[in-house]
Amino acid sequence: MTGMAVLLALTALVIMARYLNRPSELLEEEIQVEEGAADLDPNAVVNGVHVRTGLVDGPGLTEVVNNCTTCHSAKLVTQNRMGEEQWNATIRWMQETQGLWDLGQNHTVIVNYLITQYPPIKKGRRAPLSNIEWYDLK
Amino acid sequence: MNRRDFTKKAGLAGISSIVATDIVFREMMPKGYVPLAFQDPDPFKMFQKDQQMVVLNDRPWNMEAQAHLLNDAVTPNKYMFIRNNGLIPEELDEATWTLTFEGESVKSSKQYSLADLKKKFKHHTYQLTLECGGNGRSEFDPPAKGNQWTVGAVSCAEWTGVRLKDVLADVGFKEDTVYVGYYGADLHLSRNPNKHPISRGVPLHKAMEDETLLAFQMNGEDIPLAHGYPLRLVVGGWPASTSGKWLHTLTLRNQVHDGEKMQGSSYRVPCETVAPGEKVADADMCIIESMPVKSLITGPKTGAVINEGQRLDISGHAWAGDLAVKGVDYSIDFGSTWQPCSVASAVNRLAWQHFKASIELPKKGYYEIWARAEDTKGNRQPMVLPGWNPKGYLNNACHRIAVKVV
Repeated sequence: MTGMAVLLALTALVIMARYLNRPSELLEEEIQVEEGAADLDPNAVVNGVHVRTGLVDGPGLTEVVNNCTTCHSAKLVTQNRMGEEQWNATIRWMQETQGLWDLGQNHTVIVNYLITQYPPIKKGRRAPLSNIEWYDLK
Repeated sequence: MNRRDFTKKAGLAGISSIVATDIVFREMMPKGYVPLAFQDPDPFKMFQKDQQMVVLNDRPWNMEAQAHLLNDAVTPNKYMFIRNNGLIPEELDEATWTLTFEGESVKSSKQYSLADLKKKFKHHTYQLTLECGGNGRSEFDPPAKGNQWTVGAVSCAEWTGVRLKDVLADVGFKEDTVYVGYYGADLHLSRNPNKHPISRGVPLHKAMEDETLLAFQMNGEDIPLAHGYPLRLVVGGWPASTSGKWLHTLTLRNQVHDGEKMQGSSYRVPCETVAPGEKVADADMCIIESMPVKSLITGPKTGAVINEGQRLDISGHAWAGDLAVKGVDYSIDFGSTWQPCSVASAVNRLAWQHFKASIELPKKGYYEIWARAEDTKGNRQPMVLPGWNPKGYLNNACHRIAVKVV
């Protein structure tokens, strides 16, 4: 927990420094941290879901969190479903144009996680209406 | 652990690479408030959006409406979708804001202050339909990567500004001008200052239309932060990505603008239709221009349960890119038969048109109300997903709501 707490505090200071362009020592007295948030374990998994990112727990989760959520939100991963070729093409595109680094051995780990946890779902040409919340219309 | 304790233990050495944070609003941040990296900022509060809006992505921010939220004739900010490609600019100062015209086809580059633009040119106000090119992407199969918009990435707000064509006439451009590209102040997600999150634009003929605005107001107020404050290029009827936010530069090009997201599969579709999932070479992709005819039933909300004999009044909007809507039909029997709605004329060109109908449902049971608009060239909305394309653009399949008669 200590490491996490330090990370949180460092984060806060980096952000504050960015906002105010002032030396960090001056900021400490002004800082108020919301109750509860700091106790959140960044690695916590509840009901099979990684709490901090919303990613499904499974082999490769750590590699995905570390490599895929630095620049963009995990929501960009969780709302998409693709096959191996498409996930590979997406990573290649990020490497060629968006500044993603060489993933080395993690590449396969990450792609295996994605195609296992976020494979495509067959929808056909038009799915039936679903999740309808019925209500009385007066 | 005591919050203050760990705060005091913190230092700044060697940690600059730890966090790429969300957007930063210096001017909106209460003094001394720490936005913790693990604590989501409340986007509804931050952007003054209704709680029923749906967040698709928080870095960058992308948020859509639900159909029933869009019932207003003019979309208020609280129901307007947000589509950002990068991070919202950190510094926005209306007092020092400038717009620069440059590029190989400008006679000589010129800069205006925002105050100059407002003072020097006549103001115009239009209601303009802005729809994300990827609205409806969630229905694509095989799936298309990107934000999985359902139906709510469309709006029709009232924009006030000066005509781009008036300003272009003042700037002066060469005869070889073919395209006007924009640059905004948003930051690339990587925070690399040399990368642009998006830099698109429109051909000269679209830039020269009366309704193409350099806008500084939305619905009679300053443009909200998430929608491009203090200056936005607003191009009605075309993918909303052509309406550049936080606008600071327009470049007059003697070729099709080649900024970020003008190439590859971004905002482009196969020039010739392809089978679902087919690979398409870059050379065979064409830039999306006018959006296709589409409509949305905004009242009632889907899921209405009514009593036998009770009439069902429906309302909604229809739009057709550069064209007008000629008519809207509705069906209560899965497209077997169609009846006309009454459709109002547009308040101005490129504004959506409102339709309504009062429907008698013959007996108890489950119904779907489908709406299908037709444009002035006779194009109608399809019942199912139209032509598949790699990035899932231009889904104008008819909208459906579920209704039960008990």
